[in-house]
Amino acid sequence: MPNLIEIKNIEKSYLKASNNLGDTKVKVLKGVTFTIEEGLCVGLIGESGSGKSTLTRLILGLEKPGNGTILIECQPVRQWIKTNQGKMSVVFQDYTSSINPQYTVRETIEEPMRAMSHRGNLDDKIDVLLNKVSLSPDLRDRYPHELSGGQVQRICIARAISTNPKFIVLDEAISSLDVSVQTQVLKLLHKLQLEMKMTYLFVAHDLQAVAHLCNKIVFLYRGEIVEELMSGDLANAQNEYARSLLASVIPFEI
Amino acid sequence: MSNLLTVRNLKVTDLREQAEIIHGISFELKKNSCLGIVGESGSGKSMMAKAILGLTNPWLRREGTAKLSSEHSVLDLLQQDESMLRAIRRQRICMILQDAMSAFDPLEKIGSQLSETFIENKGICRSEARSMVLAALQMVNMSEPEQVLKKYSHQLSGGMLQRCMVATALAMKPDIIVADEPTTALDSINQRLVVEEFKQLRQETGTALIFISHDLGVVKHLADQLLVMRCGERVEYGDARSIFKNPQHEYTKYLIDSRLEMSKSFQKTMKRGAVIA
Repeated sequence: MPNLIEIKNIEKSYLKASNNLGDTKVKVLKGVTFTIEEGLCVGLIGESGSGKSTLTRLILGLEKPGNGTILIECQPVRQWIKTNQGKMSVVFQDYTSSINPQYTVRETIEEPMRAMSHRGNLDDKIDVLLNKVSLSPDLRDRYPHELSGGQVQRICIARAISTNPKFIVLDEAISSLDVSVQTQVLKLLHKLQLEMKMTYLFVAHDLQAVAHLCNKIVFLYRGEIVEELMSGDLANAQNEYARSLLASVIPFEI
Repeated sequence: MSNLLTVRNLKVTDLREQAEIIHGISFELKKNSCLGIVGESGSGKSMMAKAILGLTNPWLRREGTAKLSSEHSVLDLLQQDESMLRAIRRQRICMILQDAMSAFDPLEKIGSQLSETFIENKGICRSEARSMVLAALQMVNMSEPEQVLKKYSHQLSGGMLQRCMVATALAMKPDIIVADEPTTALDSINQRLVVEEFKQLRQETGTALIFISHDLGVVKHLADQLLVMRCGERVEYGDARSIFKNPQHEYTKYLIDSRLEMSKSFQKTMKRGAVIA
């Protein structure tokens, strides 16, 4: 499989205001290298503060790395985004703050398509998208506060796939949902991936969910990649952190 | 064993709309045991815990009884006045709130907020309280606890704040800890750690635990009794092991099945790996 995204030696520091005069720099990412192959679902796992979100912001082109390069189909991120509008999307963890409360479901899903200069009536397309995320088209004229968390997150997914993207970043997209809803959303994501041949970067801290959906799993620990495995080989992890993470999962068996 | 807390027919009504939110829930909590409460969000789990502790908004009317027994007396928590409830909440029942971000005062440093609890309730001086806080934070595996004390709540992540709250509750060693989703924001290493701490505390001091969660894995690991809730109603109640093994209600089955599906692939790969190794 060809590489869709190549991440080479990425470093990123943030300024940290200290008590004394002068600012100190905190290195969040310390030389991160990995690849995302086309058509795969890559899981990025790590504890809070390990640099997961920073890394996703760099991949999305929302921030520039301090050092190193990120290539998408052999082009730098920002150049690729310009020539491939709407081909990369994101779903965030906090669904309440990533959706405009004054937009109806229809307007929310329409927005990226309008931005891509689709004109005219998009109702049919919206119905198709709502169907894809297993929601009833009757919800079209509802506002976000009239929907449950799982429904809003599905609207966010529908918005993300409305422009037929190649690549979706799911940043803790299911972490704030109930386990039963998580299962539904995971199923949905799996189905969509097969249907639309998309590549996922799935960021999470829940190993069981990652193992359920992803083909390849990358462990990020204190700004460094400590282990990279196919999900079938999880039991063969070598790194100490990855092993203790795997060992500490509280399993659910009957 | 005697019942520490007996709740009978607890109802909560919203007086503004005259709508009943909790429809008559009953359960018992024995000494040195753990009651797991599960259900999807909006099922009234947190509302019920808050109602028992008298933390609900004034427009919510509470009915029923919640009897807290001690060696000499029995108190009905729903009938106590505010000052009595406050005394109970600080010494006999501790609550770990779900939303760690809003549970702390944003204008005060974490250190002084944490030591305040100990100074108020144990009558000790500032430096003693400080060393207690440090010990408590070390117990929950906080890295650089000294640094954490100097920070404001917005400078820490949700997981770290949650661990601060767990640490204070554990160090107070109350009769009952009510933990509302204490492990949801934590990664699996820290989740395991907090769960083991709860277990250990129970063994050492006999603290009873009411553990509210939607993660059946953790609940199954901890709970002796299980209460399944949906839309403010008690769907199933009884011995945790037998419910997990043999759920009677459709809804319980659905919760268990969806959870099983989630952990299935993880278990499979880990088992296959174990066989190869």
